[in-house]
Amino acid sequence: MTFDYAHLIPVVPEIAVLVLASTLLLVDLWLKDREKGINHVIAVLGLLIVIGLTGLVGGGEREIVLGGTYVRDPMSDLLKIAILLISLLTFVYSRDYLRDRQMMVGEFYVLTLFAVLGMMVMVSANSFLTLYLGLELLALSLYTLVAFDRDSPTGAEAAMKYFVLGALGSGLLLYGLSMLYGATGSLELGAVAGAVALQGATNQVLVFGLVFVVIGIGFKFGAVPFHMWVPDTYQGAPNPVVLFLGSAPKIAAFALAFRLLVDGLGALHAEWQGMLIILAVISMAVGNIVAIAQTNIKRMLAYSTISHVGFIFLGLIGGNAEAYSAAMFYAIVYALMAAGGFGLLVMMSREGFEVERLEDLKGLNERDSWQAAMMALIMFSMAGVPPTVGFMAKLLVLEAVISVGLWWLALVAVFFSIIGAFYYLRVIKIMYFDKPEIIEPLVLGTGARLASSINGLAILFLGLFPAILLAYCQAAFV
Amino acid sequence: MHFAIPVLSLTIWLPIIGGLAVLASGDKAPNISRWVALSFSVLAFLVSLLLWTGFDASTAQMQFVERAPWIPSFNAWYHLGVDGISMPLIILTTFITILVLISGWEVISYKPSQYMAAFLIMEGVMVGVFSALDAILFYVFWEAMLIPMFIIIGVWGGPKRVYATIKFFLYTFFGSVFMLVALIYMYFKSGSYSILDFQALPLSLTEQIWIFLAFLAAFAVKVPMWPVHTWLPDAHVEAPTGGSVILAAIMLKIGGYGFLRFSLPITPDASATLDWLVIAMSLIAVVYIGFVALVQQDMKKLIAYSSIAHMGFVTLGFFIAFSIFARAGATGGVVMGMEGGMVQMVSHGFVSAAMFLCVGVLYDRLHSREISTYGGVIHTMPVFGALMVFFAMANAGLPGTSGFVGEFMVILASFQADFWYAFLAATTLILGAAYTLWMVKRVVYGPVTSEKVAGLQDANGRELLVLGILAVAVLALGLWPAPLVEVMDASIQNLVQHLAVSKLAVAPAAVAVLP
Repeated sequence: MTFDYAHLIPVVPEIAVLVLASTLLLVDLWLKDREKGINHVIAVLGLLIVIGLTGLVGGGEREIVLGGTYVRDPMSDLLKIAILLISLLTFVYSRDYLRDRQMMVGEFYVLTLFAVLGMMVMVSANSFLTLYLGLELLALSLYTLVAFDRDSPTGAEAAMKYFVLGALGSGLLLYGLSMLYGATGSLELGAVAGAVALQGATNQVLVFGLVFVVIGIGFKFGAVPFHMWVPDTYQGAPNPVVLFLGSAPKIAAFALAFRLLVDGLGALHAEWQGMLIILAVISMAVGNIVAIAQTNIKRMLAYSTISHVGFIFLGLIGGNAEAYSAAMFYAIVYALMAAGGFGLLVMMSREGFEVERLEDLKGLNERDSWQAAMMALIMFSMAGVPPTVGFMAKLLVLEAVISVGLWWLALVAVFFSIIGAFYYLRVIKIMYFDKPEIIEPLVLGTGARLASSINGLAILFLGLFPAILLAYCQAAFV
Repeated sequence: MHFAIPVLSLTIWLPIIGGLAVLASGDKAPNISRWVALSFSVLAFLVSLLLWTGFDASTAQMQFVERAPWIPSFNAWYHLGVDGISMPLIILTTFITILVLISGWEVISYKPSQYMAAFLIMEGVMVGVFSALDAILFYVFWEAMLIPMFIIIGVWGGPKRVYATIKFFLYTFFGSVFMLVALIYMYFKSGSYSILDFQALPLSLTEQIWIFLAFLAAFAVKVPMWPVHTWLPDAHVEAPTGGSVILAAIMLKIGGYGFLRFSLPITPDASATLDWLVIAMSLIAVVYIGFVALVQQDMKKLIAYSSIAHMGFVTLGFFIAFSIFARAGATGGVVMGMEGGMVQMVSHGFVSAAMFLCVGVLYDRLHSREISTYGGVIHTMPVFGALMVFFAMANAGLPGTSGFVGEFMVILASFQADFWYAFLAATTLILGAAYTLWMVKRVVYGPVTSEKVAGLQDANGRELLVLGILAVAVLALGLWPAPLVEVMDASIQNLVQHLAVSKLAVAPAAVAVLP
């Protein structure tokens, strides 16, 4: 096999992220403590360049390069840009928090960027190995990030829990992949798909492997009953890490599920459809009901994540192009909402004061009515109330489910979203109807203010004009 | 009729843009915010008057139609239009909003710009509900309406406001999501989200019944009908005066409008099959809720229950159609029932708004809504007392006021359906008079009961302006309802003809043609 340098062109964004991370690692060595802000500037500018590069090399027909291990298609372009934009938002939100706590060290940026790289590799993977490689790069960076505040015992506990359960999930996934390899004799998704289509569900090993793969995906998504790590990790990790962990990786997890279940095991749709239905229903049920009982807003949002994962699964269940684009739309929209929600918590945290109880948001409307309005938009969006984009995402998923005749599933989904509306409303109640305990106005940096405004208004704008994002999502599955 | 300017879009978006502008201006200069808000609402009202002047009452076609692609991938359009059913309700909305803004002028001192903005945004959204001809657009407006109301009750409401507002939101949300599922189902049947396509869509009886129930869940909560009415007394009592007015005058009408636009034309056969259910719920609302209203100690609660009873008339007027078809075979009584329901909606918009504003005037002075706090108000507030008595008469359905016209038409129509329907409905003439006049007697008449009442100041110019305008409206509609009835006549006639034709008849007829 001859190596053609043209094959590297589709991989340029990944290479750029790697270069960026390595540059930061080196530059950081020469920076004095008061100059650490340069890290932030480099990371933000670098990400902007990578977004540009992704746009440049993207577009056009599906290309498979690097010996069949790597694919660049409209879906990977869109997901990569979404991941990069969300990560960029994360950096901007976290700047003041990190500076106040002397955490603006190179490691934070390097680890985050490696996680971004891992997600990009997952999104573009065309073989089991590449996929697993990307997944582990993401996971290992995240384990470390969760324990980033090394003096915090809760952070260490959270990281430990996340690591043990994450490793278990990875192990199960890998075990499943090895069975699939055994049954099909190939690691490349295209070849696997061909072999699976020939054998169908008659091959027991194949179905067995599928079960493990679905469990692995469930772990990575945090779907019930593989969700135990989610609330504890969210609660224990530092706010900027939760912000990162709770947003962009959901997009990557969607890519993982799509590449494995649809690209690889599409012929077994009937088998995994049933499994995903169960996971989706209990995720929506447990997520929405348990969230009501939470007083810690990070835990509450963790359970809310779980319920949204149920909705993303609903989209995958549909099993046609519209359904996949609905699930993709939902994943991207969810990441945007989560970034905004956790972003506000990061922005509000001051030196020596972590915002993590619901009460900490009390009377936000009196302290800063603009930020309160943005957060209210995000909460209404998560609850699925129009005119926010969260409603459009739910609408698309419900359409996808009803189009394949599973109208009872749609009824279950809307039923649980009514229950879910309650705890989102409670956040709005706390911000708007309660009197603040701290009356001084919020002090926020310009960058963070800008980021949250863009974030909140994007949720409103996409809700009014969903066709813009939807067109891209649908173009990915023609 | 073609207009050079998009009248409906302007009526929707002017108040919303105005609201956002007021919101952005903040509370630095509350008086400027107030004037800006008022001018936007007056502007929106003037624009909406173009709908009345340019309206062609001779046709049931949609008018002032605007259509632009919105979400092409699933055939959802930005599709607006009005007929004789929605047009009067739009003008009612823009009209009442002005009064609400004036009535909250200096009463609201906490974050006045947010208060004004919330009402302006809600005005635009409610006009959107009445004019949307695309189901997704309708649903977006329908749900978006909850957001400002949620904030209004929660921020400016009474002591139990949090409970009331969350209950309000969840109840309405619960009702409407099932409607959403029904709408999506019909989308896959018809391939479009156009409400007019839904109306022409043939559906089997089983499908119709499920869809009808989904609609019933949404609209019965909104109207509200017994037994899903319990959010209303809480929301009304805890809401600030303006919030109560908008709730009673407009939001309840949206439920009634939903029956006319969705339930009846889309699922006529299910409506015919299940009309007993709606009629029973309506009559229970009229009779039982009438008795409940009688024992209330809180003025706002009493008016809230009276609203439920009055809205029972509206749904009764809509759903006796099928009994009249079965009995008389004629459409005259059906049309009268429906027009009576519509007139009742508009009239109730004026009367309930006025009653809540009256209570608001008293509340602003003594900060109590208890009937027992007052007594002999007429001695210290003679002008206000006279107006309140007048509105109470209208609420009781005194001939000459607007309250009489709608009730009378519905009772007349229900005689054609069934004597007992009419009998039960007519009890409202006694019950309505009993609870309203008894309250008025205890509050307005009698000796002055306490020093607080003795120290009351009569209504000021602003309050008199608002109540005076409403009094004129109530009298005008009561003495001369013809213009309103004429405007909606063609649309109602068309709806009734549509109802008389079963959607199921299509398939058997085709079979019968075969030799």
